[in-house]
Amino acid sequence: MPEYKWPEKNDRRVLGHRLNRLDGRAKVTGKAKYNSDVKLSGMLYAKFLRCPHAHAKVISIDTSAAEKMSGVKAVRVIQGPGKEIQWALDDIAVVAAVDEAIAEDAIRQIVVQYEKLPHLVNEDDLSKAGEHMKPPSDQVKGDPDQAFKEADIVIEGEYGIPVITHCCLEPHGQVIDWKDDSMTVYQSTQNVSGMANQYAQPLEMPAANISIIQDHVGGGYGSKFGADSWGLETARLAKDTGRPVRNFLERDVELFVAGTRPSGFAKIKAGAKQDGTLVAWQAESWGTSGLGGGGISMQVLPYVINPPNVRKKHTGIATNTGPARAWRAPNHPQTCWLTFAALDDLAAKLNMNPFDFYVKNLKLTERSELYLKELKKAAELMGWREKWHSRNQQTAGPVKQGLGLAFHTWGGRGHDSTVRLVIDPDGSVSLSAGTQDIGTGTTTVIAMVAAETFGLPVNAIKVNVGRSPDYPRSGPSGGSTTVGGVCAATRRACQLALEEFYPKVAPALGAEPSQLETAGGRIQVKGNPFKNLSWNKAAARLGVTPLEVTGKNISASRRASDGKLIDSGVGGVQMAEVLVDTETGVVKMKKFVAVQDCGLIVNEKLAESQVYGALIMGISSALTEERVMDERTGTLLNGEMEFYKLAGLGDIGQLVVHMWKDLEQDRRGVIGLGEPPVISPVAAIGNAVANAIGVRVPRAPFIPRRVLAALQNKGGLFA
Amino acid sequence: MATNQESEANSSLEVSRRGFLRGAGAVISSSIVAGAESLQSSPKPAGTQVFGPGKVSMALKVNGIARKLQLEPRITLLDALRSELELTGAKRVCDRGTCGACTVIIDGKPAYACSILAIQGQEKDIRTVEGLAQGNQLHPIQQAFVDHDAQQCGYCTPGLVMACKAFLDKHPNPTLDEIRVGLGGNLCRCGTYVGVTQAVLQSSKHQTGNLGRKRRSYA
Repeated sequence: MPEYKWPEKNDRRVLGHRLNRLDGRAKVTGKAKYNSDVKLSGMLYAKFLRCPHAHAKVISIDTSAAEKMSGVKAVRVIQGPGKEIQWALDDIAVVAAVDEAIAEDAIRQIVVQYEKLPHLVNEDDLSKAGEHMKPPSDQVKGDPDQAFKEADIVIEGEYGIPVITHCCLEPHGQVIDWKDDSMTVYQSTQNVSGMANQYAQPLEMPAANISIIQDHVGGGYGSKFGADSWGLETARLAKDTGRPVRNFLERDVELFVAGTRPSGFAKIKAGAKQDGTLVAWQAESWGTSGLGGGGISMQVLPYVINPPNVRKKHTGIATNTGPARAWRAPNHPQTCWLTFAALDDLAAKLNMNPFDFYVKNLKLTERSELYLKELKKAAELMGWREKWHSRNQQTAGPVKQGLGLAFHTWGGRGHDSTVRLVIDPDGSVSLSAGTQDIGTGTTTVIAMVAAETFGLPVNAIKVNVGRSPDYPRSGPSGGSTTVGGVCAATRRACQLALEEFYPKVAPALGAEPSQLETAGGRIQVKGNPFKNLSWNKAAARLGVTPLEVTGKNISASRRASDGKLIDSGVGGVQMAEVLVDTETGVVKMKKFVAVQDCGLIVNEKLAESQVYGALIMGISSALTEERVMDERTGTLLNGEMEFYKLAGLGDIGQLVVHMWKDLEQDRRGVIGLGEPPVISPVAAIGNAVANAIGVRVPRAPFIPRRVLAALQNKGGLFA
Repeated sequence: MATNQESEANSSLEVSRRGFLRGAGAVISSSIVAGAESLQSSPKPAGTQVFGPGKVSMALKVNGIARKLQLEPRITLLDALRSELELTGAKRVCDRGTCGACTVIIDGKPAYACSILAIQGQEKDIRTVEGLAQGNQLHPIQQAFVDHDAQQCGYCTPGLVMACKAFLDKHPNPTLDEIRVGLGGNLCRCGTYVGVTQAVLQSSKHQTGNLGRKRRSYA
């Protein structure tokens, strides 16, 4: 078995370079086919009738008029009389028709009688939660009461961040083609290899008979792991009608039932010594993930910084709202904000520059050396020392400038992944894996690792992803685990292949297999590059049998023979500069700096894209994003993109991304990057707003109404 | 002036949607009324032509090719492009003129295809992302998108490419501020705006004869 490792940094010809993503051309020409673009012959369109009430019992349902309509091929009742519906827009019935308009007409003909039941859809005010409160959990470390007594400075505050949505531009959905005893599912998913089993049991079809196909996916961010109730119903319609059936969610449904992030609110008390040393922390938090209660996890509150004396209590609030899903770096952005907002207020009360306050307390983190280096770099790129002022030294004029910072951590160890590698006698190279490229560049990094190992150009490598069970299993794209998983599996496959390949080539070069190496499209003898065969001529030595191997990454494995290809655990520091108009309450981004480590960087251009994108997503959640529920009707008020606002091109200010890439990082191997940089923006921006206007806006997003309320010192969490 | 604001302001026709038609019996233009049952009993203005509610013949000129279609008048241009003509580059995302993922170019101006009925697209020159490249030769803005990694999941990309094309046609050498305003009508969830901005700047240099910074390529 080969010794698995990456080439030394100076020997790399492909890894680390700024290559264009391989599917860029398909995406800019419109040729990239997403599953929402799939149209099969005879395909029917499914539309769901959804409950208009937040909590209700179905009394009766009459589908007869819909069934009689011309063009309607099937009507199914999903939740009939007696069923208790727990959130608005949950599915009640579904229609399949020859076109979308007829399906829409038909669901309007279905008559449902409901008995409305009491609901709770807003959780921010704990005093109104009543019986919706789940039993709280609590933890104590050290002696917080004594520590608070001994602290020189103590702050108390309330902070909050509401439910936001994933808002994938391609909505959740699928096209399903059921043929006798097998079916093909064209699903928009982050989980190609894990999908068939979710259909198999409910539909009583062997998983082996279920094919998953996906060439491209229009965003997931953690919300697209499941088959979902609408997937199963679409499959049943395909079975009932004998025709392919398509359903993709409408935008309001997408925002409400297909992906939300839990909220987090907290009453926080923090205490420090006069020199800034943090000694005590207390947080009483609450939030919601929907009917299950939930909310943020107090395991990561306080965030990154672990004071010696801590008391925490968390209460989940059950709400009649669509269930939460994993959202890019689950829990971290919320608890990062709650923590760094409170600590920033503590630093302000200590009259300390937050930079100095955090440096003082880095010993309470798990990677103090790295954070210190990154803090210094970020401060240099921001001009922190020159620009920073205390809260009571505001800039002149009605538009105030302010700075804020936060930092974060994430794991990102490569997941289980298997890659099949084939070298054909004509020299062509293909790699296949049941993974998915969710826009992070997964196909590109697989090709780059193979090109590096074989000394071939990247465009000589064919990468196949997005098929199950045709391609070997690979994990779901969550937790920033894909890049490590596929890179390690690909590298191992390539090194294994060379171990089989060299003995077939060596006789022609009059050398021992161990003397051979790849370089510049050739197999050559080490130290004597004139003795070589072109890759294609070498491949011809395979005769008529392609060389096929599989490479694996097993996430839980820690054997020495795995080599040092991947690692886990990153830091990252971010600093925001904002302008706040104290007359209108409008917050504008001026500059944002991100310093981010991620081990060995496979493709620096794509790595930077991940960070830029995460910052923009974070700016969105800091400035505009919030699910707004109407307590009276229990329904979603901003179920479309005009009022569920995402940041636009003009909203982001200047973004500065600095990838931390010293030799120490490089030697760690590949670590996931998609999630960490999305964690700190809300905290950094919220702290910059407080620095600008001298008062805390306690609840994200920092919209004009809340900024003005904070300036008038009223409203608190509920402004 | 913002490209997409223009497209909204450009035509009073673009606000109409089939749900709105059905519910309110709206007259969507002075000369065309899309059929709906609620309209049948309404008095119609003199000279008004009624189409539908069933399928009617219409002709669209898309990427220079005349296409004949049989569609209900309530079908949007976007749905006609995607479902009937299988031009799926333009995407349905917000479906109400906010996000720009369905941007096409009509008579030289960017437009949200979700907010125009197919029947209104007749006798117009409709350009979609599929018609932008010349064979294998990408349009400079497409090449610039690839070079600057102005796409991640790519779902907003076709709309953004068309918005950038129309924007550059009107502003061949835009300032950064013009880009920030002019391309504010296309939303991206992955956050590709930095690459998009760089792509527009690169393309604008193309149009003045400067090929811009050559990138290293190992591919």
